[in-house]
Amino acid sequence: MRTWPRTVVLLAILAVVLYPLVWMVGTSFKSQAEIVNNIGLVPREFTPGNFARGWTNFDVSFGRFFLNNAMVSLLTVVGNAVSCLLAAYAFARLRFRLRRLWFAVMIGTLLLPGHVLIVPQYILFRTFGWVGGNWPYLPLLVPQFLATEAFFVFLMVQFMRGIPRELDEAAKIDGASSFTVFFHVILPLSRPALVTTAIFSFIWTWNDFFRQLVYLSDLEDYTVPVALTLFIDSTSESAVGPMFAMSLLSLVPVFLFFVAFQRLLVEGINTSGLKG
Amino acid sequence: MALRTEPAPARSSEPVNRTPAAKRGSGRRHDRDEVAGYVFLSPWLLGLMGVTAIPMLLSLYLSFTNYDVLSPLSEVEFVGWANYRRMFTSDPSYLHSVRVTLSFALIAVPLKLATALGVALLLNRAFRGVGVFRGLFYLPSLLGGSVALAIVWVNVFNREGAFNSLLAVFGIEGAPWVNDPRFALETLMVLAIWQFGAPMVIFLAGLKQVPLELYEAASVDGAGAWRKFFHVTLPMLSPVIFFNLVLETINGFQGFTSAFVLSNGTGGPVDATLMYTLNLYLTGFTELEMGYASAMAWVFLVAIALITTLLFATGRFWVHYSDAEDR
Repeated sequence: MRTWPRTVVLLAILAVVLYPLVWMVGTSFKSQAEIVNNIGLVPREFTPGNFARGWTNFDVSFGRFFLNNAMVSLLTVVGNAVSCLLAAYAFARLRFRLRRLWFAVMIGTLLLPGHVLIVPQYILFRTFGWVGGNWPYLPLLVPQFLATEAFFVFLMVQFMRGIPRELDEAAKIDGASSFTVFFHVILPLSRPALVTTAIFSFIWTWNDFFRQLVYLSDLEDYTVPVALTLFIDSTSESAVGPMFAMSLLSLVPVFLFFVAFQRLLVEGINTSGLKG
Repeated sequence: MALRTEPAPARSSEPVNRTPAAKRGSGRRHDRDEVAGYVFLSPWLLGLMGVTAIPMLLSLYLSFTNYDVLSPLSEVEFVGWANYRRMFTSDPSYLHSVRVTLSFALIAVPLKLATALGVALLLNRAFRGVGVFRGLFYLPSLLGGSVALAIVWVNVFNREGAFNSLLAVFGIEGAPWVNDPRFALETLMVLAIWQFGAPMVIFLAGLKQVPLELYEAASVDGAGAWRKFFHVTLPMLSPVIFFNLVLETINGFQGFTSAFVLSNGTGGPVDATLMYTLNLYLTGFTELEMGYASAMAWVFLVAIALITTLLFATGRFWVHYSDAEDR
């Protein structure tokens, strides 16, 4: 079969898929007049001023929002990596009472829609005094240190099952405890699963909105997604350029991850539930 | 290839034949790991109790009260089934949000899966540039859930947006899509379908597992491309289709960010984008009717559980696990 009809169809689909992204990049560099008049993808004159104006558009600069976002995302990465690895080791390798029951519960929470938990969690965290407290990120971060992302636990369990059991058995015959096996056998060999978890935790948290919207109420605590919604409130036409510039900037970290880890992202996680 | 939403049977992860040496040596002592097991599991257990189970039970209790966040928990008033009755009998905007969410999921999910499957079939050949196509088609799935992209999307479908400019080239007069209650939800559906990359990647992995012998055998029997598709590809792919269907349906019911951005957090125009989760947010965090919002969350949970069960029940009739034995 000839390949050119296939290529033509694929290129057409690609054009549709990429059009909004290219248009976003183009619009970020358009002047106010051009945003209204020039419907083309490429600006007639480059207006990098949108970035400077967007950066300082609110009382708190976007530098702060980016820092907040990076802090939340990086701490989430650490929390998920550590706590999910510990839980996965218990499920994959240790034998203790009720293990199967707990495992079934973990699978159950995998299917639990996250949005359902927002209201009950908010109520509980509020009674703890964490909402609007000294450090408003507690409700966002504490769950991440308690292995609540069942998806990553599951991913790591599946990965650890692929590590040859002879390795732990050999270590145990030499008198190693479960803790020694964890630190000297499982932890070093689990690096690929940890990398996958880290990358996806970062991207998901970086883009997360609902929970941040609920828990962050002071402007200087805002993360980038919450701050971006402020542009929508100020519907004035003049804010469109800066709004696009900041939107574009907010996607840059995710895009860089995509470029760096494309293979891993495309093949790694999506198919992990399918591997036998 | 067996679809696995549950990991391998626990049996296979136990050492089946322990060697005599291991039994005689220090193996006995490590036969069970009661203490270590619970030490390693403790963060997860704490999370299960503190972040999932207790809040859920608390909200189940509060769903029978008029809790409003501002007054202390000790002063809540028990109202029986009033919240649940109100949902189904005297709250039109609630029922409207159910309709909005259902129509969103019923239309967007099948179209997204069909697009994903179609593109996956086009990419299921080795040719130059296949990796680039796959990567770029996947990109929207990484970016699409963000506030930034929702903002772009709203502007693409604005009155003066890129979409209408494109229509103008062909002499068609567009509409202010995002501000028109007839089209606002549809623009969100298009945004969801645009992110077909994630299920596409899963379909591609599934297509690679279909044994080539089956196609050869079908050719020998004189089957054409269509018959091969309907009698080989689709049945062999049905576990993967099922996996994607469950995943995307659960996701589809939870759309929040794009609806929030399009309507500036109101669910408008004229409640056209009042998705269930957005309604839940407005009830709980804007109206501060936490008791009522708790009831909504529980109905949502039960509904999703029912729909998932229903999907699994119908799956028996159309999902073929041809090689379930050897996995």
